[in-house]
Amino acid sequence: MKNIGIISRKELKSYLSSPMAYIVTAIFLMLTGTFFATYLAGTNYSDTSIRGFLDAGQILILLFAAVLTMRLIAEERKLGTWELLLTVPVRDTEIILGKFLGSLAMLTGMLLLTLYYPILLMVFGDPDLGPVFTSYLGLFLLGCASLAIGLFASSLTSNQIVAAVVAGGILFALWFLGIAGNFAPGALGEVLTYLSLSRHFPDFVRGIVDTKAVVYYLSVTALFLYMAIRSTETDRWR
Amino acid sequence: MIRIQNLTKYYGKRLAVDDISFNVEKGEIVAFLGPNAAGKTTTMRMITGYLMPTGGDVWIAGHNMASHSLEGRRLIGYMPEIVPLYTDMTTRSYLDFVARLRGLDKKRTKIRIDEVVEICHLEDYIDVILGKLSKGFRQRVGLAQAIIHDPGVLILDEPTIGIDPIQVAQTRGLIKELGKDRTILLSTHILPEVSMICERVIIIHEGRIVAGDRIENLTTILKGGNRIRLKVQGPAEKVTTRLARIDCIQAVAYEKPFHLVEFPADQEPQAEITQAMVQSSWTLLSMEPVKMSLEEIFLQLTAEEETGS
Ligand SMILES: Nc1ncnc2c1ncn2[C@@H]1O[C@H](COP(=O)(O)OP(=O)(O)OP(=O)(O)O)[C@@H](O)[C@H]1O
Ligand SMILES: [Mg+2]
Repeated sequence: MKNIGIISRKELKSYLSSPMAYIVTAIFLMLTGTFFATYLAGTNYSDTSIRGFLDAGQILILLFAAVLTMRLIAEERKLGTWELLLTVPVRDTEIILGKFLGSLAMLTGMLLLTLYYPILLMVFGDPDLGPVFTSYLGLFLLGCASLAIGLFASSLTSNQIVAAVVAGGILFALWFLGIAGNFAPGALGEVLTYLSLSRHFPDFVRGIVDTKAVVYYLSVTALFLYMAIRSTETDRWR
Repeated sequence: MIRIQNLTKYYGKRLAVDDISFNVEKGEIVAFLGPNAAGKTTTMRMITGYLMPTGGDVWIAGHNMASHSLEGRRLIGYMPEIVPLYTDMTTRSYLDFVARLRGLDKKRTKIRIDEVVEICHLEDYIDVILGKLSKGFRQRVGLAQAIIHDPGVLILDEPTIGIDPIQVAQTRGLIKELGKDRTILLSTHILPEVSMICERVIIIHEGRIVAGDRIENLTTILKGGNRIRLKVQGPAEKVTTRLARIDCIQAVAYEKPFHLVEFPADQEPQAEITQAMVQSSWTLLSMEPVKMSLEEIFLQLTAEEETGS
């Protein structure tokens, strides 16, 4: 447990000391802010919700996760520090969980910065806070799953760009599985839809916390973290 | 302290380490010597738990590295061939990170950082970003992180490569100093280094151990023969032919002003040589046994392997 903390703190510090995280956060805030404002303007300020932010945010968070996680393991390989991490008395599971939690802290920080959208609404109007809370829960869970996918992709290569592309590929494939599900017949369609990253998010936006959705996002997170751990173990068997 | 048994490693189909076994006893400094691609790094990676062997076992103080890897890893300090530095960290934050992962608490970490910084002469670089360090100082930080937890076993993969002569001398002195109360296995392909810091050498070539012994013994064992160096007052060429005529002498070479004669280990040609010189009325100025230098051993070993296989 202590080791997980040491590694996640190191990752968080490393994010905060490099320009990358700030640039990505700035872009995220800029884009979601624009969508947030244009949505409000579009409804003539009658619908005081964060819909605009969420519509853009759910896709942007996938990109954000891919960029945030791409260096986590790929860079260690390139620097040779992977050899250090794998020879100190720390379990592979602790390495992966530490890295995951480090990136999750960064993502959570970024999400906290967007809280000024609902706060603005509360100052100037009377938004329904229920859906705001559930939406943030949804974004957080979607973020967890995306980060786990990104971390897994990073564990496959020593090239950050390759890691980002692989992560993007998996994320968008899982995202658009929902659309494929709409066209596939019967039971197959339902399964595809259930497996899609995008299927479960609208519930959260509507203010519904469906156990199935929570379980889905947590399972995806666990599955990809597990695969990242296995991928680390296989490294020793090259 | 380090016990290695029938260790084998295939990279895919490529055999990198071929069934090697050896021990390093507590308190020994042992050199792992071999040309490029001999399998030194691969072996060290298996000892430290970075790579799993294809076959065979590694024990560190009785802990099997396959089944009790964490216990084994706790006892080892490891300096990999590529010094593992986070280029965006300072020396201090890096040593702190490694120390914490090595299980040191906050207080002990602070004390140990001060100690290793002094030992490795890093005082002026303690707050410098690692990416900006020169090669020699990167090596020093690599060594500092390897000893931060005061390990009983040190595995050093080419610790003196790429640093200038003065720093090399310093580093060698440091390793010798560290070896007083630690078990050290270090790899190198610099021969003089071996006789300077090590008590024993294990020579590896194409994944196999071709020799392993105390440095003094190695010469005779390998060679199966001995050499004597003569200084003779007389015509060099004639002396050479005369020496060659002596029965048990296998080879004669003239390296001004000496004649070198080679003979099997079980023979003693000294008396015959003296007699021959006296008969030809040349004066024998000196006669002394020659130890083969490690360099020659090394060349010979690797050459024999090639012709033998
Ligand atoms: N990751 C790897 N994948 C495939 N082959 C490898 C790998 N690492 C090493 N090898 C091969 O294994 C053999 C032994 O390599 P190793 O690095 O152990 O040699 P070495 O004795 O450390 O050499 P050097 O003195 O150059 O460092 C080489 O032929 C090398 O090409
Ligand atoms: Mg090597």
